Amino acid sequence: MHTETKDHAELADVFNKNEARVDWHDETLWWIRQKRDKAVNHLPEWELLRETASQIKDNVLSNLAGYLVQFEENAQKNGIIVHWAADADEHNNIVLGLLHSKGITKMVKSKSMLTEECHLNDYLENNGIEVIDSDLGERIVQLAKEPPSHIVLPCIHKKKEEIGDLFHLHLGTPAGNADPQFLTETARQHLRETFLTRRAALTGVNFAVAETGEFVVCTNEGNADMGAHLAEIHIASMGIEKIIPKRKNLGVFLRLLTRSATGQPITTYSSHFSKPREGTEIHIIIVDNGRSKQLGREDFRNSLKCIRCGACMNTCPVYRRSGGHSYHSAISGPIGAILAPNLDMEKYADLPFASTLCGSCSNVCPVKIDIHQQLYKWRQVIVQNGYAPAGKKAAMKLMSLTLSSPTAYHIGGKAGRFVMKYAPFAVNNKLNLWYKQRDMPEPPKESFGEWYAKNRKA
Amino acid sequence: MVRKKQEGMSTTREQILNAVRANQPALKVLPEVVIPADSINLQAKFTETLTTIGGKVIKAGSYGDIIDYIKSINKAGDRVISSVAGLSDVILSGNTSPLPHSLQDVELAIIKAHFGVAENGAVWITEYLLSQRVLPFICQHLIVILNADDLVANMHQAYEKIGNEHYGYGTFIAGPSKTADIEQSLVLGAHGSRSMTIFLIKPPSD
Repeated sequence: MHTETKDHAELADVFNKNEARVDWHDETLWWIRQKRDKAVNHLPEWELLRETASQIKDNVLSNLAGYLVQFEENAQKNGIIVHWAADADEHNNIVLGLLHSKGITKMVKSKSMLTEECHLNDYLENNGIEVIDSDLGERIVQLAKEPPSHIVLPCIHKKKEEIGDLFHLHLGTPAGNADPQFLTETARQHLRETFLTRRAALTGVNFAVAETGEFVVCTNEGNADMGAHLAEIHIASMGIEKIIPKRKNLGVFLRLLTRSATGQPITTYSSHFSKPREGTEIHIIIVDNGRSKQLGREDFRNSLKCIRCGACMNTCPVYRRSGGHSYHSAISGPIGAILAPNLDMEKYADLPFASTLCGSCSNVCPVKIDIHQQLYKWRQVIVQNGYAPAGKKAAMKLMSLTLSSPTAYHIGGKAGRFVMKYAPFAVNNKLNLWYKQRDMPEPPKESFGEWYAKNRKA
Repeated sequence: MVRKKQEGMSTTREQILNAVRANQPALKVLPEVVIPADSINLQAKFTETLTTIGGKVIKAGSYGDIIDYIKSINKAGDRVISSVAGLSDVILSGNTSPLPHSLQDVELAIIKAHFGVAENGAVWITEYLLSQRVLPFICQHLIVILNADDLVANMHQAYEKIGNEHYGYGTFIAGPSKTADIEQSLVLGAHGSRSMTIFLIKPPSD
């Protein structure tokens, strides 16, 4: 994909070409944020729940190695086979190896952001394995050959007419039919056939319980269960941070997850997998892929508390108006912008700058991650490591020069007011990044310094 | 025992655990969760919540009420599955293959639940109550029988009730399968059951 070389601002420009669509995207996500507020306001103990969840995750991160070993031991006792993968390649290799060992060439998959992060689908397809995503939103973006633009709502950027066209092309629905009910029914029939004929199913993991060795998968559609209960091998991929200590901790997290995500009191299905059913296998792949490194970054380790609800995206004024694809990373939005630089600081140097630092993300986060503060801190780290965009570097140098000298500051101010008054075209042009999608302000007649000097005399 | 991949090289497992040990911060205590449950009318709250998320709640005095209901909605020839004793009048179980795939044409499944949760309308079901794990997902319509006294207020109480029980598989189900992936339009019946009806059983008191 050629988008790899474009940064967030350039990709946001592409999204912003269609203003009506930006407004629609913005309003849709804000509507979901409002549903979240409504659900949250029903619970007087909401803040206590958030604080408790955050503290449980503090405990998890401080004893992660111990909990991972405990989880492995208990899962094995339950008859689950546990694998470890240091990075995406190793994870993908393990999946392929498992499928090869069973002579399986077709797999059905439910939502797993980790497999998006690992680019599992591409890898398997290049190795002759057909993968069908079964979450409706994921199936839609898969048909469109796009990545998901949101971790909970994968095709939130698509209009129903576009989805109707995709279904017409790939699933043979009548041209021009864009009725959500009809399209969903079509997907139900098409995927039912898939579930019934696939011998392997891969799911994500929402929570893995150290105390019991069980893991929990949450869906509204029932696709994870349909896949897992009909397949002879169930592969579950999880990041090391999905561990929680005790079964009863699920009470806290299941109360927070969907209220934060969509405003629902709970997902339709919250399934607890403890043992494989007779004659079948469950494999868990525990994946690091940079997480242990993030754990060592004191300023950023809290990002590992994330339970992938997407609330920070729904509320973010930048995400809502730039779209998930502008983040060019598997996980978009504010949380993606603090996770991605850990994986590749140069490639994702632009992401922490794609924020107004308004703090709304931190306020809605169910596990109290200080997202906007981490965005701010990543900026320092990125600049110190020499990865700041060239334009930003030049502007910062000039700014630092001007602010460190009173003479330069006064001359600069006068010159600026003069230019904006008599030669506005000098700033109202494409070279000035601030002019994009903004009007420049009216220049004041005089500076505060000048005004004060005049009025103090009077 | 961890088997070494290659002589002299640590396994991925050891590498990951060592990296985690090196980088994890000083131990912080696991908090106790002390969140009291509101004293609410559990039946009313459960019914209201489940109805809001697309489920249906019917109060019943006996299994006779359930049988009457099923007879009223069933079409002749519909495959109806249940392992609940006392419902043999309405069962048409058909295919007796042990494969879960053989349930693909089930129109209606009737199962029991251990208990329900008022705050979110979910019912807790373990595989002990299911002939196959896939049954409540693969059926077109789902009926769940629940003792009206078996309700808790919230998820903390739910897990207290589950305790240390051993199960191979357990699930909370809250309403019919659904999706809003197409322009946020809510559609019931994504991949799982198209409807969920709960019978709250309370024998008439003397």
